[in-house]
Amino acid sequence: MASETVERAASRLKLTKQDSAPLWWAKVLRQIAFYLVLLFIWQKLATSNLWSTGTFAGPVDVWGTLVERFQDGTLITAIAVSLRRLAIGYGISLILGVILGLMIGLNRYFDETLGSLILGFQALPSVCWTPFALLWFGLSEQAMIFVVVMGALFSITLGVDAGIKNTPPVYIQAARNMGARGIALATQVILPAALPNIIVGLKQGWSFAWRSLMAAELIYVTLSLGGLLENGRDYVDASLMFAIMLVIIILGMLINGLIFGPLERVVRQRWGFQQ
Amino acid sequence: MGQQTVSTFQQFEHRGGDVQVLPASNVALQVTDVSKTFVSKRRIVEALRPVDLEVAAGEFVCFLGPSGCGKSTLLSIIAGLQEPTTGKIWANGKQVKGPGTDRILLFQEAALFPWLDVQHNVEFGLRQAGIKARKRATIAHQFIETVHLKGFEHSYAHQLSGGMRQRAAIARALAIDPAILLMDEPFGALDAFTRDRLHTELESIWAETQKTILFVTHNVREAVALSDRVIVFAPRPGRIVREFHIDLPRPRNLEDHNLVDQSAEILQVLRSEMVANEEEENHG
Repeated sequence: MASETVERAASRLKLTKQDSAPLWWAKVLRQIAFYLVLLFIWQKLATSNLWSTGTFAGPVDVWGTLVERFQDGTLITAIAVSLRRLAIGYGISLILGVILGLMIGLNRYFDETLGSLILGFQALPSVCWTPFALLWFGLSEQAMIFVVVMGALFSITLGVDAGIKNTPPVYIQAARNMGARGIALATQVILPAALPNIIVGLKQGWSFAWRSLMAAELIYVTLSLGGLLENGRDYVDASLMFAIMLVIIILGMLINGLIFGPLERVVRQRWGFQQ
Repeated sequence: MGQQTVSTFQQFEHRGGDVQVLPASNVALQVTDVSKTFVSKRRIVEALRPVDLEVAAGEFVCFLGPSGCGKSTLLSIIAGLQEPTTGKIWANGKQVKGPGTDRILLFQEAALFPWLDVQHNVEFGLRQAGIKARKRATIAHQFIETVHLKGFEHSYAHQLSGGMRQRAAIARALAIDPAILLMDEPFGALDAFTRDRLHTELESIWAETQKTILFVTHNVREAVALSDRVIVFAPRPGRIVREFHIDLPRPRNLEDHNLVDQSAEILQVLRSEMVANEEEENHG
């Protein structure tokens, strides 16, 4: 029986997980040690005079800049501006992506035509849309948001599409048998059944959106994370550049760790992909 | 039991063109000349030769046969999830033209929606029917009790054992109150102990609710233990070869020697049919 084999494999997986569980603190210790060594080397390099003034900064200077920028409010404003652009652009991509994904996932003709076009656009790095965005929307918020949309939209669309195409037919059959039709079938069965794949698309979409937003903010400088980074270059202030890069890394990790990570775990577990 | 084993069997030859029509109120299901042929690029597969079949309301019928004999295909056609190549089906007085809530299909994998807890799975069909939330909850509650899943209302499929999943699927089907339950090897993936318990529970649910049940299995003893009538299928091409009426008193015991004898006889028929089939294939 195939299901028996699966169960046996699953119980074996569980065993290996339990075996490695008591060692988590050792892993954390190794990571702390690694970063301490890294900070030490970084500080040594910064005080070694290998770079000319302003082109390199050590962790002590970077920390000072972070505190200073935090206290004068520029850092908070910059983060708020960048996250707002991300949220608006990502929200638009989410709505459009689900609609487009449903269209190409459920209709063969949309799949053949629109589907192929979206695959093509997905292959185009979204930064390539920045010149057009500036041409069409000028130096404006809309231009930034447009680039974010172009970054996230196609990944989300393809995630929804893959989710629909990989849905076990038995769910659809059971739902139709129980009287689900049309929009109820789409929203209550097809979309939730596709959720594991949709989340993969959402996660990829967000990381593309984040990357393209940072690229776009470097070109059109306002008070934003990308803008501060560009400021750092203009004023030959490596300390500011490192500080902003750190903030960008930490924000990215936070969004992954607090939103997409738990979301993916819950869905994968509930949908039966892992124990 | 007093009866001789042989006398408890009423064996039928597969019927020809003439269909005997029972009084309409008593017939839950009428299958007339239904066949299924799959056509692919390379070849034509006769999945099911034309079948005529009548099932009385409240009857428990098993479709028995090895894989590839068309028994699941027929069930799926009756459910309205597949189109027959030829023939027509009437269920509860209406011609079948697609899926309907008067015939609910249960699957081997239970097919509980993993994003809903047991309670909301059971409410699913009621929600589609536009029944108000409070009434849905009451009905769901009742059927969750019927299948002995009280306390698991808020569990998800991944937290349930295989047997509990099937119970939840049965509750989900019963909540819709279909006249006919179509069960496609629902206990095929369960261990023997769980299967036995679910047999007993299914039998008592059937006795209580008076549902018509069509039950697909490849397990001869399961078929004899549960049904009023066993319809034996043979593969390549899928077709009905025999019918057996099982008149053993209920509740039945799997160890009962009459039941064992009947199972043995049906198995014998099935074996000889398959041997004949293989010889034919070898000669052809």
